Amino acid sequence: MIAEEVIRTEGLKKEYVLGSEVVRALRGVDLVVRRNDYVAIMGPSGSGKSTLMNLIGCLDTPTEGEYWLGGHAVARMSDDELARIRNREIGFVFQTFNLLPRASALHNVELPLIYAGVPARERRERASAMLERVGLAERMDHRPSELSGGQRQRVAVARALINNPSILLADEPTGNLDSRTSEEIMALFDQLHEEGQTIILVTHEHDIAEYAQRSITLRDGLIESDVSRAAATV
Amino acid sequence: MDAREGVLLALRQIRAQKLKSFFAVLGVVIGVMFLITVVSVIEGMNRYMEEDFARTVFGLNTITVSRTPEISFAGPEVWREWARRPRLTMEDAEAIRERLEVPALVAVESHSGGELEAEDGTEVENVWLTGASADYFRIREFAVEKGRLFTGLEDRLGVPVVVLGYEAADRLFGRLDPLGRTVKVNGFPFRVIGVLKKQGTLFGMSLDNRAIAPARSQLGRTINPHNVVDNILIRTTDDQAMARAQIEIEAIMRVRHRLRPTDADDFAIETAEDSMAFWAKISQILYMAFPSLVGIALVVGGMVIMNIMLVSVMERTREIGMRKAVGARRRDIIMQVLVESATLSGSGAAVGIIIGIALAQIVRAISPLPAAIAPQWLAVSVLLGAGVGIAAGIYPAARAARLDPVVALRAE
Repeated sequence: MIAEEVIRTEGLKKEYVLGSEVVRALRGVDLVVRRNDYVAIMGPSGSGKSTLMNLIGCLDTPTEGEYWLGGHAVARMSDDELARIRNREIGFVFQTFNLLPRASALHNVELPLIYAGVPARERRERASAMLERVGLAERMDHRPSELSGGQRQRVAVARALINNPSILLADEPTGNLDSRTSEEIMALFDQLHEEGQTIILVTHEHDIAEYAQRSITLRDGLIESDVSRAAATV
Repeated sequence: MDAREGVLLALRQIRAQKLKSFFAVLGVVIGVMFLITVVSVIEGMNRYMEEDFARTVFGLNTITVSRTPEISFAGPEVWREWARRPRLTMEDAEAIRERLEVPALVAVESHSGGELEAEDGTEVENVWLTGASADYFRIREFAVEKGRLFTGLEDRLGVPVVVLGYEAADRLFGRLDPLGRTVKVNGFPFRVIGVLKKQGTLFGMSLDNRAIAPARSQLGRTINPHNVVDNILIRTTDDQAMARAQIEIEAIMRVRHRLRPTDADDFAIETAEDSMAFWAKISQILYMAFPSLVGIALVVGGMVIMNIMLVSVMERTREIGMRKAVGARRRDIIMQVLVESATLSGSGAAVGIIIGIALAQIVRAISPLPAAIAPQWLAVSVLLGAGVGIAAGIYPAARAARLDPVVALRAE
């Protein structure tokens, strides 16, 4: 049985005007991601990898083409509608963690719930449950500066998952971590994938991409290859 | 995002950067401080005028007839006209006493400064000397600490007796009993028959360093020519009687001065209400002039806060990008910046209120100006502070809300 589609893009194009030149970052990308897929998006810099991630993450809108995320047609949405989609459907994990430096781990994880309008008590409960899930039950009241790099990224993952998003979108999640901590975070991703989470991983490191079951390589704004490992298609 | 979070966040930021925050809100602090101090002094003056001054100078239910008004904004031409007016006389007072239909007490008074000298040569200078008739004490509600007041008979005969103020008696005689002793008033010997109860001060001036003697005595003649008095005081039982008495007195005086119907009054009739009206005019002017000064301070303060908030927004570009990525809408970002800026400015206002109250207390302590803190102005100050913060936050908030999340997340 084929799982339902979480993401579908058709002829996705993105052009920027840079001075007098028009940069065609994406030149027509057709992509389908199904529930519980674990996809790595790869490609050299300038391949359109970041642009595709921004579009998938609803941080930006395409110049042309269609994009459905969890059944919502998002290509022509307004800023506020996109904010709502980002809040409910997407969980971001960034290379630089992007945590609030003066707030506790708990408050950082609560943040998306604040924007979702969840009452304070429920926020606290859900955020602490999520921190437990990523193995940080003992570190809830610590500030980012009091946590190790791996722990910070776990806080970021907890924040990304707090609203049960359709996709977990990770942009070079191990870029700022040493290899041992990277393995730890990737093990967490594996665990989340096993629990049914759809994950999209943007990376240029092959050994990190290996964790995913499907790897898409971009070149010059087009999909060059889309390879699934045998195990994933069972 | 709820406002409480924003306020807490802003307070944390203020705590983390105390000095920077202090300079950021200095303008607001100064503006509010100034506002509170000045308003407290005006408010204190108001209360003072209502409770003490008007009664001390004019008295309750008391009409004062004089040649020229006690309190006025008159210019030199008016003063020249007033100088040609006839003086008031004992006969004027007698006429009012006889013809007034409203039941009332009538007395005359004349004032000047002078000196007292005790038998042992002790001198007291700058004493407030009053020549008055006997009912003056009842009109002013003066009571003796010891001894007695002079009688109507002593007044009519001009007997050289004197009633001393508490301070004057104390300075002349110290612990000695002043009653029955002789004191020279402007060089003329008077017998002390009483000492008044303590009155306190008015604008820092002692009300107890005084001496009151019959208007027809030698004292009256050192102040004014024979038969001439400064003021005629008429005290009625209540407001209504006072209003009627005022009309009657005006008519009596016009007849005595042989004024034609087209002539203006050549005398002044004043009551405590008149002095209140005069004060109300002054405080109105103050209330109009000071807010504009405060306004300037607040505008400058607002501009500084706007600058600080712009810097703060730019410094936190990545944070704003992240907030947008996890679902903050434009209005959430705007709210956050506005709440922060209002909190910053509001804290400045709070500091300004505290310093302002302290200053008002100092003013009260070291000067005769009274000061009273008006609660409604505290509320106005807090609202003003928060309002300045919100106004100053609008532009930075709009800048923050317009940030493109893609660009913001990539910012260094």
